Amino acid sequence: MSEPNSPDSLRAGAESNEQFLSPDGSISTSEDSREQDLPDGEVIEVDVDLASVNPDLADAGTVAEIVAADREIRAEVGAPLLEMKSVTMQFGGLTALDDVSFTINRGEILGLIGPNGAGKTTAFNAMTGVYRPSSGSVEFDGRALGSIKRNEITRRGIARTFQNIRLFSDMTALENVVVGTDARHRTSVPGAILRLPRHRREEKDAIDRGMALLEFVGIGSRATHQARNLPYGDQRRLEIARALATEPKLLCLDEPAAGFNPAEKEQLQDLIRKIRDDGFTVLLIEHDMRLVMGVTDRIVVLEFGRKIAEGLPQEIAQNPAVIAAYLGVPDDATA
Amino acid sequence: MTTTTASVPAGKNRPYSGTGDRLRLWWDAQARPTQWLIGVPFIVFIAFLPVLRIPVLTTVGTDFGGVMAQFGMIALVAIGLNVVVGSAGLLDLGYVGFYAIGAYTVALLTSPDSPWNLTDQWLSQRWAWLFCVPIAIAITAISGLILGSPTLRLRGDYLAIVTLGFGEIVRLLADNLTTITQGGRGLQGVAFPYFGGTDKNPDGVFSAGNSDAPWNSGLWWFWLSIVLIVIVLLVVGNLERSRVGRAWIAIREDEDAAEIMGVPTFKFKLWAFMIGAAIGGLSGALYAGQVQFVVPTNFNVINSMFFLCAVVLGGQGNKLGVILGAFIIVYLPNFFQGRTSLFGIPIDGNDIAGYKYLFFGIALIVLMIFRPQGLFPARQKLLAYSRGLYQAARRAALGGDRATSAAAVLADGPADASSDVPGAGTKDGGDR
Repeated sequence: MSEPNSPDSLRAGAESNEQFLSPDGSISTSEDSREQDLPDGEVIEVDVDLASVNPDLADAGTVAEIVAADREIRAEVGAPLLEMKSVTMQFGGLTALDDVSFTINRGEILGLIGPNGAGKTTAFNAMTGVYRPSSGSVEFDGRALGSIKRNEITRRGIARTFQNIRLFSDMTALENVVVGTDARHRTSVPGAILRLPRHRREEKDAIDRGMALLEFVGIGSRATHQARNLPYGDQRRLEIARALATEPKLLCLDEPAAGFNPAEKEQLQDLIRKIRDDGFTVLLIEHDMRLVMGVTDRIVVLEFGRKIAEGLPQEIAQNPAVIAAYLGVPDDATA
Repeated sequence: MTTTTASVPAGKNRPYSGTGDRLRLWWDAQARPTQWLIGVPFIVFIAFLPVLRIPVLTTVGTDFGGVMAQFGMIALVAIGLNVVVGSAGLLDLGYVGFYAIGAYTVALLTSPDSPWNLTDQWLSQRWAWLFCVPIAIAITAISGLILGSPTLRLRGDYLAIVTLGFGEIVRLLADNLTTITQGGRGLQGVAFPYFGGTDKNPDGVFSAGNSDAPWNSGLWWFWLSIVLIVIVLLVVGNLERSRVGRAWIAIREDEDAAEIMGVPTFKFKLWAFMIGAAIGGLSGALYAGQVQFVVPTNFNVINSMFFLCAVVLGGQGNKLGVILGAFIIVYLPNFFQGRTSLFGIPIDGNDIAGYKYLFFGIALIVLMIFRPQGLFPARQKLLAYSRGLYQAARRAALGGDRATSAAAVLADGPADASSDVPGAGTKDGGDR
């Protein structure tokens, strides 16, 4: 850490050395020459090879292993994880969800689709504790999600991403993910001030897991970039990594493909499958039919706050009610 | 619609391009021993400024040692307020209330005028101050808890108004509880630490009676505050690079998202309030000891604005920046005070110092237009064990033969440096 000649000891340009070293210029004159090709500024926004920090991350299998969800989930594939039981949501006179029931099973990718205003996001918010149902209940992992706090819901094992990206934009990508891992940590103020062993262990774990998560979603090289400076697609991936960092049993993706081009959607499909194969359960809310049909195991369709269909993707694609909801009903049929 | 506007990188504001950034990068790149080798002599140099009495720097109207002592106390206040305002993003306009509670705790327990004076009973006047400082810190922390638990459910402007009220309530209580606080007459004879008494200075170097410049009481209080600042910086620094500090920044950036990511937001906001309050109380205790006299008019609401000015000027969220901010607001008025000429140009320094609120007001407006992030904006490091990662980043930046060189990154980002406002597009969402 203290080799005075290591190349890492300077990122700033050579002229800045002179500028700031005038009181004790002797310290780092030796490496001035190496710095000259560096552009001014922007120097932190460089891609970094995480495998050089932690060699374990060079192997995709090890990365998936670090990221993986609890074994218990794999053991119970197919058992219900989340159950919506006759959930009704009313906002004043508006009924956004009307007696909606469905289950999400462990280890599956469930698609929740419907035309604009169908109540997808409301259902999503009811599940993640943003709204409390007017009637009915949501049961997660065998227990009702009653009136517990939102951060407690995350600790129970539901994580989400946001339709309009909501990263902590002043933080680096890695720091964003580490905030997610913090959900599982218990250090509080005294532990942090005194740097107690648990704090040190949790901090190191958080960084290791954070780097693995970034590698897992494919943006490991951007670890030190500020979130706001990331390209759009990487921001979406970072949101997924941050949600996975909370070690969820259920990962809810709210229109993750919004604004993506076909190639990016293709990559997203692969990523979602990879997440499922790693032991997570995924709920996908999406407009893009091709993505939904291509990646989900089962689909629930909402329209005007009601569930109009549920089934395998092929069934849904054939379902007349769904086709009517999306394409409208021909005039002669209504007459 | 919203998805695209919020997420397209809103103008790549070149993150590390200013002089201060280069200084910071250079500093971060130094090895730990080198940092100590530079840092310690620098602090010692600052500590001896009042002794060296460098011609132009030294104030003329007021004693330089006293000015630096005041700077030390305001620097502590700024560090504490920075935890609340800068890190956690909770606008606190009543911070002077905590400062007052700290000062009054010491004064009420040690002043002969107070009904709760302990020094005429079992507590020696020599140790009274030291004894009362932890009590003052504890009581202000508790008052932070009491103020915070109902009010931190509010957000943004509402919180600001409530805290403003709190600051006034504390001052009005001090002014009107005349049987306890002597009201506007104030409490005299507050205890101070006893150290190094001689025949000439029987009360020790910290006594206000020690006026043999440059080794006067102001200098000793300045030194004491430097020690406390270093300790507080270590504590706050440890917090920043932990789950707690990351929670604060996350709350500042987007409180709802933070909560949904599992951050117990209320708990950590309360901690921020308590820690900020405790540091303010510590500073108030220093103040009470130094001037040995506490009176409500010293805790006017304008002081809250002054403290906030130090934080905003210095750079919210940057704990070293706010110290410089504190230095600016304390030193500049005193620099002009009593000065009749500067570099041979005749000036009316008293007038300039008298208009300090006007000048700081103008300075703040100018700052908001040209540099809203403050003179020394924050580049917080929120991870305790990320040195390896940043070293790798530097290696990548320096490695010319790699595909991942800085030039490659420069090439694929939009080369638009227009936006200087951090998070202008995304911040709004959290404040609703």
